[in-house]
Amino acid sequence: MNFLLRPIFILTTGVTGFVATTGAITNLILQSLTSSRRALLSKQGRRLGWENLWLQMVRVGVRSIPIVALVLFCIGAILALQMAPVLSSFGQQVMVPDIISIAIFRELGPLVSAIVLTGFAGASIAAEIGTMVVSEEIEALEAHAIEPIRFLVVPRIFATTVMMVCLAVVGSLAGILGGLFVAVFALKMNFQQYITHTFDVLLARDFITGLVKAGVFGAIISALACHLGLRVTGGAQGVGVATTRTVVLTIVSLIAVDLLFTTVFYIVGW
Amino acid sequence: MKPLAVEVRNVTKKFGARTVLDGINLDVYEGESLVILGGSGSGKSTLLRHMIGNIKPSAGEVVAWGKSLSEMSEDALDEYRKSIGVLFQSGALFNSMTVFDNVALPMREHTRSNEETIRIQVLIKLEMVGLLEAAGRMPSELSGGMKKRAGLARALALDPKILFYDEPSAGLDPVTSHEIDLLMMRLNKVLGVTSVVVTHEMDSAYRIADRMVLLDRGKFIASGTVKEMQSSPDPLVHQFIFGEAEGPLTERRREGSYVDELLGN
Repeated sequence: MNFLLRPIFILTTGVTGFVATTGAITNLILQSLTSSRRALLSKQGRRLGWENLWLQMVRVGVRSIPIVALVLFCIGAILALQMAPVLSSFGQQVMVPDIISIAIFRELGPLVSAIVLTGFAGASIAAEIGTMVVSEEIEALEAHAIEPIRFLVVPRIFATTVMMVCLAVVGSLAGILGGLFVAVFALKMNFQQYITHTFDVLLARDFITGLVKAGVFGAIISALACHLGLRVTGGAQGVGVATTRTVVLTIVSLIAVDLLFTTVFYIVGW
Repeated sequence: MKPLAVEVRNVTKKFGARTVLDGINLDVYEGESLVILGGSGSGKSTLLRHMIGNIKPSAGEVVAWGKSLSEMSEDALDEYRKSIGVLFQSGALFNSMTVFDNVALPMREHTRSNEETIRIQVLIKLEMVGLLEAAGRMPSELSGGMKKRAGLARALALDPKILFYDEPSAGLDPVTSHEIDLLMMRLNKVLGVTSVVVTHEMDSAYRIADRMVLLDRGKFIASGTVKEMQSSPDPLVHQFIFGEAEGPLTERRREGSYVDELLGN
């Protein structure tokens, strides 16, 4: 009996957990939007805090640029090395840049940058906000009539969204470079030919789908991190749990959302 | 009679099945120094959190200057919060900012003063609590007493009408604790700021209180001036006020059978 019911139990808790978290994240993003609107419209000197936003952007974005570039450079190179033999057997080695540019711009650039940023920013945001909960800082903010959503969540969501788009662009270019490097030095392809192929095959919609995904990924990373950070209970251990959960949940959600987007783009024909 | 500042009316708070506050009524008058006494877990911090509008009661209401906190809009509640200051038990400083920025934050957020005005204001507040030389330090570089003083300077940032203190002398040595008490008294007597102090330190309570109330298991069991409390005939009050190890408070703890607990019954 127990052995039969167990999978059902696990499934239902899984589904309810999924629905609850999705709801909470959507709610947090909506609350952030309302509170930014309130802050922008308010006449009482309540502000959005541009300096704070700038700080967050530097913190989440700028520092992760080298890692994202390095990782995607390697991925570009790996793709070129993996594709070359297969394509050569059809006499189509010249298609290497086409495949790499589509794969990187549409898919790998945004996704891999987002995963790197999860480790970089997601974990640290969750730990930081979790620690603030534990040390009564969130309560102190509320007691000073400073809304934590506006003061902490809004700049973080905004910063990761904007920086994620920038990172995806930088990362994708690094990926193309990685492919180019292998193609020119190992596969003995013509430099000019590679560049021409790359830009011929890419359409505006390839950029747009990639960047839209990147923006959504950015919002997901900090919304989840802030959500789990604000929910911390039970001291230092709670902060640790929240950090781990943030990284795992974010990576799973990124890939799920990616699948959703790609399916939609496929159906629409983009 | 002085005008009422904050009224707690029939406030009940339940966390799950546990009743933390059970129909509390309390009036705070302008300019007075009120001490809320109670043992650990008596619900006194929860009561304080209701009075600053951080948690909503399960039943009843908290009224500030004639307006109920639970019926206020977000903006009105923010206005109320700007008119009060809170000193948290740990000081609750923002750890990522210097002491100066901690005190400046409420001013930067809620006033349109320029940086120069804010700088002067912050230095005045820091001087009031005797922490001028620590303005540039980070909270992690401060001692417990300094953190409390910095927290107090931040609570004073917007010139509050009421100051709420959550265990101001917890974790401090007797001298520092006395210093904080004197600071609180000065703010109360000189600036006329209403004080509401939650504590279980009797020495401190005697010094600062105009009036005391004693909270036990979510209910008030006594109230009055220091003298009235000291001469209370209630053995429970007597035990708490004089910190005696034997009495109804400690008897109660022994009610649950220790032997049953050990045998797992």
